[in-house]
Amino acid sequence: MTESMDLAVVSWSKAQFALTAMYHWIFVPLTLGLAFIIAFMETLYVKTGDEEWKRITKFWMTLFGINFAIGVATGIILEFEFGTNWSNYSWFVGDIFGAPLAIEGIMAFFMETTFIAVMFFGWNKVSKKFHLLSTWLVAIGANLSALWILVANAWMQYPAGMQFNPDTARNEMVNFWDVLLSPVAVNKFLHTISQGFLLASAFVVGVSAWYLLKNRHKLLAKRSIIIASVFGLLSSIFVGLTGDGSAYQVSQKQPMKLAAMEGLYKGSEGVGLVMLGMPTPGKVYNDNKDPFIFKLEAPKLLSILGYHDKDAFVPGINDIIEGGYIYKNKNGEEAVALSAAQKIEKGKLAIQALGDYKAASDAKNKEMMVYHKKILDDNFEYFGYGYLKDASATIPSVPLVFYSFRVMVGIGLLFIVFFALVLYLVLEKDLEQKRWLLKASIFMVPMAYIASQAGWIVAEVGRQPWVIQDILPTVAAVSRIEAGAVQVTFFLFLIIFTTLLIAEMKIMFTQIKKGPKEEGGK
Amino acid sequence: MIDSTYILLQQYWWLIVSLLGALLVFLLFIQGGQTLIYTLGKDESERTVLVNALGRKWELTFTTLVTFGGAFFASFPLFYSTSFGGAYWVWMAILFCFIIQAVSYEFRTKPNNFLGRRTFEAFLYINGLLGTILLGTAVATFFTGSLFSVNKMNLTNIANPIISSWQTPWHGLEAALNLHNLSLGLAVFFLARILGLLYFMNHVNSNEIFVRAKKHLLYNTIPFLVFFLTFVIWLILRDGFAVNPANGQVFMEPFKYLHNLLAMPIVLAMFLIGVVLVLWGIGKSLVIYYTKGIWFTGLGTVLTVLALFLVAGYNNTAYYPSTFDLQSSLTIINSSSSKFTLTVMSIVSLLVPFVVAYIWYVWKSMNSKKIDAEEMKSEGHIY
Ligand code: HDD
Ligand code: HEM
Ligand code: HEM
Repeated sequence: MTESMDLAVVSWSKAQFALTAMYHWIFVPLTLGLAFIIAFMETLYVKTGDEEWKRITKFWMTLFGINFAIGVATGIILEFEFGTNWSNYSWFVGDIFGAPLAIEGIMAFFMETTFIAVMFFGWNKVSKKFHLLSTWLVAIGANLSALWILVANAWMQYPAGMQFNPDTARNEMVNFWDVLLSPVAVNKFLHTISQGFLLASAFVVGVSAWYLLKNRHKLLAKRSIIIASVFGLLSSIFVGLTGDGSAYQVSQKQPMKLAAMEGLYKGSEGVGLVMLGMPTPGKVYNDNKDPFIFKLEAPKLLSILGYHDKDAFVPGINDIIEGGYIYKNKNGEEAVALSAAQKIEKGKLAIQALGDYKAASDAKNKEMMVYHKKILDDNFEYFGYGYLKDASATIPSVPLVFYSFRVMVGIGLLFIVFFALVLYLVLEKDLEQKRWLLKASIFMVPMAYIASQAGWIVAEVGRQPWVIQDILPTVAAVSRIEAGAVQVTFFLFLIIFTTLLIAEMKIMFTQIKKGPKEEGGK
Repeated sequence: MIDSTYILLQQYWWLIVSLLGALLVFLLFIQGGQTLIYTLGKDESERTVLVNALGRKWELTFTTLVTFGGAFFASFPLFYSTSFGGAYWVWMAILFCFIIQAVSYEFRTKPNNFLGRRTFEAFLYINGLLGTILLGTAVATFFTGSLFSVNKMNLTNIANPIISSWQTPWHGLEAALNLHNLSLGLAVFFLARILGLLYFMNHVNSNEIFVRAKKHLLYNTIPFLVFFLTFVIWLILRDGFAVNPANGQVFMEPFKYLHNLLAMPIVLAMFLIGVVLVLWGIGKSLVIYYTKGIWFTGLGTVLTVLALFLVAGYNNTAYYPSTFDLQSSLTIINSSSSKFTLTVMSIVSLLVPFVVAYIWYVWKSMNSKKIDAEEMKSEGHIY
């Protein structure tokens, strides 16, 4: 069993995970936000007793149901893919990673599933109050499920609260709270749910604007816009704040990702933020090309955002590869950064030490066990580097991460202005006259989706080559299957999910065209 | 260096996983019911009633499957990585069956649904047919074994660090060609249909459907008994995968599963009571006018399946055996999470009674009335 593995299986597994995750993510943010919007509307119904609010609630609920079903369909596969396609990963970090997934099921999914049944079928079966409570519990359940899966994801970006156990050859959890409350997890959760709120608000405003343009269901549309633009404005501001928090965490914990986001090859003190720019295509880290064809910079802003200090040193890709600069390590002490080559060296030492430890353990040689364990512990921080070929393997795709980041942030800032404007005009009773804005509102719906997907590309592509930052690269995480098998399932997923997406969109558009039901019949 | 709390935790988590598996098999009545929509529903309005009777609860089954997966991952990660990554095709096939189910209820009758009502009904049928058979087949490999090897030290091989390898290019499809596995797969399929029938008899307010369901109950009970008995008799007679507790070595022991039943009288009792309850529920529903058979057969199913899982994992048995390399077989000791993680998870498991309580409470308040064609006309959200 010494032949080396087929690297195509890694590429296809990555492609398949990206495909299925991105499909799941088309539906999840709307669930996260629309659930709350519906809960607000139903609360107004219960408070005022106004039947129109009930009709509005039910209308959005129908759209919620269509979206929810396909969200569930695309979600189940992700959970099992950790086993089917990332089998080594499942063992190497399953001791930590499995727990949030299980807790998600027990705590969140059952809550969502149970109360969603009341939400849809309970109107004539349970009391008004209990129905309202159920609607709120659906919203809370959906967002709890986001919490746990995002804790799991944050842990991959910033592995905390764990220790490597050479006897079992895996990482084991030693502190649950460090996993749950790591600053990366907290930021990620808040940023992600609030962008879900933003997206759902944009959806509600967009659909309602279309009704206003068509002169239909005007009361429903205006009331919905008021709720959604308030919610959207608050959320978009919060998205900006938590996005800033996320960027700060990235600077501290994943400097390579930050360098890719900024296309920064040569770091310095007091670095500016590239507002607009075009990275040079085909640039590699050690050629002499200028990293940018052109760029427009805000001076010192990157140092301020990333380190809260206008003169802070921000390392670029070349600095990270060459090492030698001063940085703050995990314990907050100042240290000299190692070069990529040194990290690879240390990684190989750690992997070797694991083998030697095992051999000593089989030979029951206590002394040698202690000796090799020490080498392993001293170098474990760079364990994953040992699997990498060379320094260039540590760099993610710069243009993809760079552009995605700008798309997300640009759209995010635009949304603050947009919601503020819509809210102002709807309160001034002027919105209907501004047909350009109504048209723009429809256009803003896909924008929210694009920003949302772009955000994940920043987070996940920017993390490459790591599945677990510094500890496990993708090449060491896969399952031992033929690349052809993964290729087949990739295309099966592509066909099935695309077909279902088309069905979902047709149904959704038809329901929107139909508009709300008249009370009573169908 | 035996840590008895750790062992206790491992046993506790095997119990939880087994319980989830047992509940899942009971809840497969949804899947069974999906294969009966055209058999029992003679016109569109009857079929609508049947689909909606299932449609309000399908997510419970689905979520139980998801949670079963999550709990297995958290408590026995080596199983997750070895079985899912190895028996790739079987698990993928099962997942595809459930993906197409998840949209079908919501999309089936919606206007302009692209694929048409019949396609979504076919999806439900495929889910009921293949989903149950494949799940049963996969679980049967807990007793028959699979061809894989695990070597954790592969991690130190930089060019090829993958620890679990499946030793046949069939990647799990071979399990479905093994008659012993298939007998459990088919037993689960027919049991799911029986449960589906009993559920309709209990929950649908229509005399015609009741009469038809009763007729089909008999037709499904006979093959169920044949396949179930085949599986059980063969299980009792076969050699099993035993573990030597002193050194963790796995070896073949004649009549191992029979020994396990005899060594654990509570499990044996559970198994026998379970089987009796299953038959009691079916029998009573066949003989007299009776609508509560689902409760007996359902409880019986849970007990029987639970007992089978416990026989697979307890009493020094390898629950996921390798016939390729006996020493690679997974036991609840060598495949479990760390003591710390199991402890955390055990604290979380204290939530389970609350979850069960609110599910029970909600369905009690929602189910006060049987479902019928009349309700389909007045209800806002129908499938
Ligand atoms: C509508 C969607 C949306 C919008 C408008 C924004 N984001 Fe975002 N962003 C996300 C949707 C998103 C996301 C999909 O939720 C991500 C992907 C992973 C994650 O944690 O959240 C994300 C990730 C993400 C990351 C990477 C985190 C990581 O790698 O772990 C950063 C640095 C930002 N965001 C920063 C911002 C800033 C400064 C914004 C300015 C307004 C912004 N985002 C708007
Ligand atoms: C639902 C929103 C998500 C989207 C759209 C998304 C997107 C992606 C993309 C594009 C990749 C491929 C990266 C590359 O190959 O360059 C990827 C890989 C991956 N993601 Fe995500 N991701 C999401 C959430 C998550 C979460 C929550 C987790 C874990 C809890 C996760 C775990 C992984 C893993 C294990 C891989 C494969 C290994 C790798 O390529 O690093 N993803 N994802
Ligand atoms: C890549 C890792 C992910 C996995 C393994 C995963 C798993 C799942 C599963 C199994 C379901 C179906 C649950 C059911 O039976 O009801 C589901 C649905 C859901 N997931 Fe994910 N998910 C992932 C990413 C995410 C992310 C990143 C979020 C939120 C931030 C999220 C939020 C939800 C929500 C709200 C639902 C409810 C149904 C819906 O999508 O509308 N998931 N997910």
